[in-house]
Amino acid sequence: MGKTLYEKVLEIHTVAKLPSGHLQLFVGTQLLHEVTSPQAFAMIRERDLKVLYPSRNFATADHIIPTTSYQRPFADTVAEEMMQALEKNTADFRIRFFDLEKEEGGIVHVIGPEQGITQPGMTITCGDSHTSTHGAFGAIAFGIGTSQIRDVLATQTLSMEPLKVRQVRIEGKLNPGVYAKDVILFVINKLGVKGGVGYAYEFAGSTIEAMNMEERMTICNMAIEAGARVGYVNPDQKTYDYLKGKPYAPKDKDWDKAVSFYESVRTDPDARFDDTVVFQASSIEPMVTWGITPGQSVAVTGNIPLAASVPPGEQKLFKEALEYMSFTEGTPILGTPVDVAFIGSCTNGRLSDLEAAAEIVRGHQVKKGMLALVVPGSQKIKRQAEQMGLHTIFKEAGFEWREAGCSLCLAMNPDQLKGKQISASSSNRNFKGRQGSPTGRTLLMSPAMVACASIYGVVSDVRELIQERKK
Amino acid sequence: MLMKIDKIIGSAIPLKGNDIDTDRIIPARFLKCVVFDGLGHHVFEDDRREEKSRGSVHPFDHPEYKKGTILVVNNNFGCGSSREHAPQALKRFGIKAIIGESFAEIFFGNCLALGVPCLRVGEKEAALIQTMIEEKPSEQYTVDISDLTLKKGKDVICPLFMQGTVQEQFLSGTWDVTGILLENQSLIKQVASRLPYLNWA
Ligand code: SF4
Repeated sequence: MGKTLYEKVLEIHTVAKLPSGHLQLFVGTQLLHEVTSPQAFAMIRERDLKVLYPSRNFATADHIIPTTSYQRPFADTVAEEMMQALEKNTADFRIRFFDLEKEEGGIVHVIGPEQGITQPGMTITCGDSHTSTHGAFGAIAFGIGTSQIRDVLATQTLSMEPLKVRQVRIEGKLNPGVYAKDVILFVINKLGVKGGVGYAYEFAGSTIEAMNMEERMTICNMAIEAGARVGYVNPDQKTYDYLKGKPYAPKDKDWDKAVSFYESVRTDPDARFDDTVVFQASSIEPMVTWGITPGQSVAVTGNIPLAASVPPGEQKLFKEALEYMSFTEGTPILGTPVDVAFIGSCTNGRLSDLEAAAEIVRGHQVKKGMLALVVPGSQKIKRQAEQMGLHTIFKEAGFEWREAGCSLCLAMNPDQLKGKQISASSSNRNFKGRQGSPTGRTLLMSPAMVACASIYGVVSDVRELIQERKK
Repeated sequence: MLMKIDKIIGSAIPLKGNDIDTDRIIPARFLKCVVFDGLGHHVFEDDRREEKSRGSVHPFDHPEYKKGTILVVNNNFGCGSSREHAPQALKRFGIKAIIGESFAEIFFGNCLALGVPCLRVGEKEAALIQTMIEEKPSEQYTVDISDLTLKKGKDVICPLFMQGTVQEQFLSGTWDVTGILLENQSLIKQVASRLPYLNWA
């Protein structure tokens, strides 16, 4: 009987079975950021512990970074304090810090792949739920809490309970105007935001195989929004081509050994899954969320559901969502006015996302009165985009071209919604108050759909704009 | 280096009410912090302020309860967020054990990881203990993990409930996951030497 990638990777990283019945798992790479790491470092100091493998830890600052200017000290004193704590902790414990001043900073889940730190067959943890992103490379990557960060610092291991594995297969060719973001929003809608609890999701099928690495990252990034702590794609030639030559990738004679290791962790053809689901790519349309969870979404041509169609167990959440959003059941999502457009985040702040959005924006103007932001996922992406002239396209259209960071994804920095503003957002969470205003509203969609909404000032079908272009 | 916990001796604090959530234990504005140190001062800050404005005194401000180490609560204590700030705040205030009718699951797990046992009692017992504390706040109690009882001197007041596996973790010191993980240093090194990617330049 064959094994899944998940089983293989867990096996080679298992240190021991603990008295609690959990596994002690070796963590190949820990990623750190300014918000969740300082308390863990404080606990290390309190207990007089060492960092066991400093070279297997990497840090960046992203959540609290102002995107208008990196000028220090930051105006927000708590942000400045967090930044200083990270600088001190990484210096004291000799941990590699990707510094904004050295132009190598960005969102933690963008930096890992960009630097070649994220590799197939590795275990990766970070004090952040979207760590699942790194699964796009065939790594087993998941978010952890503060005391687990401490454990990984002190022992490079943690205690965990193994997950079951569900294969989520998507087959066929995506229609024009449909992107990776639509695929994952569709999957979350079908399987539910709690559907993946207790599971790792293996994303497979011809649709996933045809995707480039950045698209696969978008998919795995939101596995957590489907309830699955882990999401992954088996590594293949695209993975190796992307990784090769990156600063932390294996080099020279190690490269061939590395590729055969990567091949060896792929799910075997005769592996058994705890569950399998299959979707057809052709049935997926551009998706938009209308509610307060990433599962509350519809195709852009669809209507907000009627209460009568909602299962009894979800009625309470359904009512809560409608009330919070001030939307009416049964009405079309198309034409919903938006006030803010946000292109960025670890879900959709990569170069190909900016390219897709720029392609839509080119030659158009942002609707008057709207605030439209592009926040690249890293300083490197920003530079690359500028070399391609994307910034000019955005700026000429009326977008603000910002410094890299998490920004309006969770608004821990000065980028925030005001009052009941509605934002069309390429990020991953539409929770109440997520974008900085306790009454602010978020509609999740692909970067191209955000770009389209910014032009018309309302939720619009990007496929129509693409059609127009062709004429 | 494992720290065994078998007894908590001290005075107690009665905190009445069901569904007291983590936002009340530590208001959200204190989550943006670099270390947990200061959290002890802000525990129940909004509730305490509200009581004060009404002219009454919150148990955590009550001079006679101030040194209390055993917190006695009611139903579904600690519901809400999964962040560790709430148990951290209580621990740093000085709470060493919590007795209550029931606890939110994640809160319970977070307390376990900090070495703060949460023990269950029935509804009547919870009310009885709270009344006893109010009548004589200076009284010293013993939470005995080995025989799962609450005692006043040598007298048993009532039995306490805790899953056998959790009880065992406190008694053996294995609640401290870091401690256990550290004990396997040589196994950790073995796995590291076996992992191909750690040996590439
Ligand atoms: S971009 Fe958003 S989801 Fe991603 S790490 Fe930053 S805050 Fe978290």
